[in-house]
Amino acid sequence: MAVQNLPLAKALNESLRKALETDPKVVIMGLDVGKLGGVFRITDGLQKDFGEDRVVDTPLAESGIVGTAIGLALRGYRPIVEIQFDGFVFPAYDQIVTQLAKMRARSLGTVKMPVVIRIPYGGGIGAVEHHSESPESLFAHVAGLKVVTPANSSDAYWMLQQAIQSDDPVIFFEPKRRYWDKGEVDTEAFPGELHKARVAREGTDLTLAAYGPMVKTCLEAAAVAAEEGKSVEVVDLRSISPLDFDTIQASVEKTRRLVVVHEAPVFFGSGAEIAARITERCFYHLEAPVLRVGGYHAPYPPARLEEEYLPGLDRVLDAVDRSLAY
Amino acid sequence: MTVESTAARKTTRRSSGTKRTASASTSTTKKTSTRAGAEATEPELVQLLTPEGERVQHPDYDIDLSAEELRGLYRDMVLTRRFDAEATSLQRQGELGLWASLLGQEAAQIGSGRALRDDDYVFPTYREHGVAWVRGVDPTNLLGMFRGVNHGGWDPSSNNFHLYTIVLGSQTLHATGYAMGIAKDGADSAVLAYFGDGASSQGDVNESFVFSAVYNAPVVFFCQNNQWAISEPIEKQTRVPLYQRAAGFGFPGVRVDGNDVLACLAVTRSALERARRGEGPTLIEAFTYRMAAHTTSDDPTRYRRDAERAEWEAKDPILRLKAYLENEGHADAAFFEALEAESEALGKNVREVVRAMPVPEHMAIFDHTYADGHALVDEERAQFAAYQASFAAGEGE
Repeated sequence: MAVQNLPLAKALNESLRKALETDPKVVIMGLDVGKLGGVFRITDGLQKDFGEDRVVDTPLAESGIVGTAIGLALRGYRPIVEIQFDGFVFPAYDQIVTQLAKMRARSLGTVKMPVVIRIPYGGGIGAVEHHSESPESLFAHVAGLKVVTPANSSDAYWMLQQAIQSDDPVIFFEPKRRYWDKGEVDTEAFPGELHKARVAREGTDLTLAAYGPMVKTCLEAAAVAAEEGKSVEVVDLRSISPLDFDTIQASVEKTRRLVVVHEAPVFFGSGAEIAARITERCFYHLEAPVLRVGGYHAPYPPARLEEEYLPGLDRVLDAVDRSLAY
Repeated sequence: MTVESTAARKTTRRSSGTKRTASASTSTTKKTSTRAGAEATEPELVQLLTPEGERVQHPDYDIDLSAEELRGLYRDMVLTRRFDAEATSLQRQGELGLWASLLGQEAAQIGSGRALRDDDYVFPTYREHGVAWVRGVDPTNLLGMFRGVNHGGWDPSSNNFHLYTIVLGSQTLHATGYAMGIAKDGADSAVLAYFGDGASSQGDVNESFVFSAVYNAPVVFFCQNNQWAISEPIEKQTRVPLYQRAAGFGFPGVRVDGNDVLACLAVTRSALERARRGEGPTLIEAFTYRMAAHTTSDDPTRYRRDAERAEWEAKDPILRLKAYLENEGHADAAFFEALEAESEALGKNVREVVRAMPVPEHMAIFDHTYADGHALVDEERAQFAAYQASFAAGEGE
């Protein structure tokens, strides 16, 4: 059963199970991760099989969860923390930024911080306030953290395995609206590098760079564009910190046009960093300025408005048209 | 005395204390400091050595130390104070950018620190120079961050003494997590977590109380209530004596005379033993006083009275133990003279080591950001190296 067709959520579950099986120092911590299996059932059945000592229901305090995870890491454990929703990570932001990210440098390299913080993120599920946000830039900005996000089941399985094995703290953003999308997972395949981007669809006229939930949207946009005679390449970035600029650069040198797509607000978003660096690297190749499609500089809207706020097929295609018009 | 009976007795005492409070208007109960006109009664505190150096008994806590052990505690406190004074001087001379003095808190730190076993683990704030001393941390290691050559830089596992933590209260959660790990390992060691009266208001400290209580973690919280959080008096942090907060979290709290090294040792030892037995956390409030400024950048003349400091000078932790040692004949003049010489030698050594402390290489900016590397760090390191090298090339012109 090396190759299975699994929903992204189940791939994460299998990955966590594998980690608990192979490393006795792995501990899962979070709210409702035990009997309930987490609000998205990512830890379903794990406490039953591995016990309350390995899959730990914690008090309802995010700073406490991350702070005690740091202490467990100092004791030699490899904690995997679940933050229930993107908008609830902020009570832990202080511990993540001032402690988790800096502990290694503070100790001049004598301390390791193998902590994974899993955060379901992004919108599109019709949720109430604080349940649909994309705060990845707030973490990518912090030296000492690594930030990754899978877009499909295979990456969900393997990138989580690699994040758990990392001796650095990893913020692992899970595209919650893609939890139920199925994809093949080969649990015996040799995984690619954690921090490498992947060309998800080849094309020659323009590059769409995206990650997490927007990869699917961009692939759909590329399919529509193809019907209109435009050949669009889609790069799944996979890792936000570090960012694989080499792969983006190689793509842009071929297509000469770049549009970056993410759900997070465009202002100071990861697209801004990509635009700046790709402009520097590919100045003489670019036929158009790097364009960005993302959320607006407004609080994430009520669910009935989120379709307008989120980059969808039409807004991505609009940016493709604008870029090609130069 | 068993812990159960200790706890029971405390409960009794606490409830009788409540009754006294109720009739405070007609009783002789001492009022707390008049700073804020608080109505609370002065809670009892565990004391084994009075400010005059008189040995007194306490029903719940006792300690039996040899003359050598008593001299050892005295030596620890004297050397810690000498180190602290040297560091303050070095700041005044421009050798350190900042110093956070522990003056007045020697008994709290030496007493609690000497209660530890080697396999116990300490999570300090940034002022636990005395605890570092008893853990065997080279005192000059503490000065790197204050000189600006690193952010701590010692290996916490070499002395089971964690790095200084500047963000108030953060370390209490690390301590709790570490203690949870000890419990998972089935080990019988314990964790001692330090924080202050100011940090007691932090969410992290309160969350650490919740987590440690829920998981019954082997951690002892040692709060040095030195009465001041920079310029804010204790009344700005709490309406109840801090040790009483423990009751609300479901574990015992005790107030100890923080200037009494014997009481601090006895109370901490008892709490650590309790933690080792799997009976969970304890909150110790060491009632003490910050004799110096918050740091060398602070100016206490703007916010506190000289008279208050004078009152606490009479309760000095070192003088009271000295009086006891002399009165009991536990130490002779030769001991004090030798210690004086040792103090001066320590100060000289600290001075020399600090002055010789090298500024790190420029490229050290990038070191230790990640364990497994990071492409952006590699790229920026290379750019920075090229930029630096461009000056070297220019020098030849």
